[in-house]
Amino acid sequence: MSAATGTVDGVRGRPVDELVAWTRRNGWNLSLLAILVVLLVFTKMINSNYGVSSIQGLAISVLPLALAAGAQAICVIGGGIDLSIGSMMALTSVVAASQMKGQGEEFGVAVVLGVLLLGLVLGAINGGVIVVTRVPDIVVTLAMAFVWGGAALLVLKTPAGGSAQWLKDLVLGPAGVEWIPKATVVLLVVVAVVWMPLRRSKVGLSIYAIGSNQLAAFRSGVSVGRTKVIAYALTGLFSASAGLSLTASTGIGNPVPGPYTLMSVAAVVLGGVSLAGGRGGVFGPIIGVLILVLIQNDMAFLSLDPNLALVSQGLILIGVVMFGSLIQWRRSRR
Amino acid sequence: MSVSTQTGGWRTAAGWRRLLRDQPIVPLTALLILVVVIYSLVRPGVVNADWAGVILRAAVPLAILAGCQTLTMLTGGIDLSVGAVASMAGFMVASLLSGPGLGVGLAVALAAATLAGLLTGIGVGIFRVHPLIMSLGVSFVVLGLANAWQILTVQSSTGVPPELRMIGAERFGGLIPYSLLVFVPLAALIVLSLRRTGYGRMLYAIGDNPVAARLSGARGWQVLIVLYVVSALMASVAGFLLSGLTNVASVTLADSLVLPSVAATVIGGTSIFGGRGGYSGTIVGALILTVTSALLTALGYPEAVRQIMFGAIIVVVAAAYSRVTGET
Repeated sequence: MSAATGTVDGVRGRPVDELVAWTRRNGWNLSLLAILVVLLVFTKMINSNYGVSSIQGLAISVLPLALAAGAQAICVIGGGIDLSIGSMMALTSVVAASQMKGQGEEFGVAVVLGVLLLGLVLGAINGGVIVVTRVPDIVVTLAMAFVWGGAALLVLKTPAGGSAQWLKDLVLGPAGVEWIPKATVVLLVVVAVVWMPLRRSKVGLSIYAIGSNQLAAFRSGVSVGRTKVIAYALTGLFSASAGLSLTASTGIGNPVPGPYTLMSVAAVVLGGVSLAGGRGGVFGPIIGVLILVLIQNDMAFLSLDPNLALVSQGLILIGVVMFGSLIQWRRSRR
Repeated sequence: MSVSTQTGGWRTAAGWRRLLRDQPIVPLTALLILVVVIYSLVRPGVVNADWAGVILRAAVPLAILAGCQTLTMLTGGIDLSVGAVASMAGFMVASLLSGPGLGVGLAVALAAATLAGLLTGIGVGIFRVHPLIMSLGVSFVVLGLANAWQILTVQSSTGVPPELRMIGAERFGGLIPYSLLVFVPLAALIVLSLRRTGYGRMLYAIGDNPVAARLSGARGWQVLIVLYVVSALMASVAGFLLSGLTNVASVTLADSLVLPSVAATVIGGTSIFGGRGGYSGTIVGALILTVTSALLTALGYPEAVRQIMFGAIIVVVAAAYSRVTGET
């Protein structure tokens, strides 16, 4: 997970050593996966009916949140934070829904591409304003959350619109094997197409660099402003795909932002991305989203008050961050 | 807002810059007057004492919540749990009214707010969790527990106590809102303690340079725990007033005020990095936001345009500050 720090990257030699090094690097993600597996087993235990349809439901409900978490992860890695993700999702979702309603299937393709481009532009505007005005990220994106949210309300006053059938088919239902939901495939494809090449590229490395030490990155020849704009543009792109997934799964566009911004921050922290920037990836936050949503489901299965799920999400968030900062504190003392 | 850094006139550009940096209240008041003048031009005859009373009444809860943000931002933090705490406090009082009564309700609400503030403060002060995350997590916890409490008490009738409705909504002589009776002493206390007391200086010191503050003997964690408890208590006061003002007791009542409270503080000239700012600017900021919002409503603009304007104002004002103060 801490590829940018490169503390254990030097270990080369026996395969066992490499495995140990890899495990150590991905320790956080692996423990998250373990928690997820335990949760899944637990879910199956308390609800013997938990099967194919529940997995499908889980995948659908996780998709927008997972993409939002990916969006948040990118700008947090770059040392920023984007509080306008929920609003960007609402705006892209209503634009898609209002344009696709009553139009042909082919036109839908153009709309989807246009909306993804819109996401890139929205994100680039966020980043551009941050770079040009030198106002802190959190203030600018907070303000832009108002702006994009207002724009969404201008497009559609109430939940309305429609979605092309193929877009719905893209995320609903199983992909061949009934155990693999299409939504999961979509999520993996989006991450594989955008994140994996990015991480290996020069731009990706620059994003990690400005996140971990802006001054050092600048002195090593990284264009900080440009990299920041790119990072925010990618956040916008992920937000747009999250917004599209909302339109696809509900068939309409809702101009009122959901709880996605704050949940994405929670998932990012849970997923091992340091809020100080420069550390982490996209997979951790996605597993974090799964854990957060599963806990909510389990609470429902146990016929507990669903509000206690909110409480437990909050407590998990606090607990994880406290634990993380304790580890960091002990490490710095050594 | 015209930050005429280039214009010479009778004052130099540097003079203007110093004015905006050291006395943001002056240009902010000018901006407030400008907005009021625009309002009176757009709606002639509406701007009078009665109108001012209504605006003040609406601005008080926002100004108190923005006070929470101001105090926490001075230390370089932020408190996103104020919305949940304020709503919880208002709801708690309303739900306990029919049984134990108003006094018990107020006490329970303040105690619950203290607990929430303690939790945030311990996380931020001792475990050094980022305040944004900590207060966000606490707001989840508070909202969830308040919801659970709502379901438990759904049978008993809830209603906003008439005392709170009087303080929150009614006006002395039909003009001066009673909520000023709460707000003015509170605001005076905040402004004075920030300027005159050691605790106030400590908040600035921690926000300006935490290491230096620690080395000079400030116990940062104690200051922060007290700070977040104070913030939660102020939020619950705002919650009482807001539920009285709107005659609504709901667990999400104040949620929509969280972002405006941050906005009012930023407009008021408090740096989000800490160490610079004050409460008087924040009060004017809250008034500017309230009047602007009323202006846009009067012009018949939909909520959407209002939101966009809010966002634009925050960016422009914050950009102006960062230009003149030279901070990045």
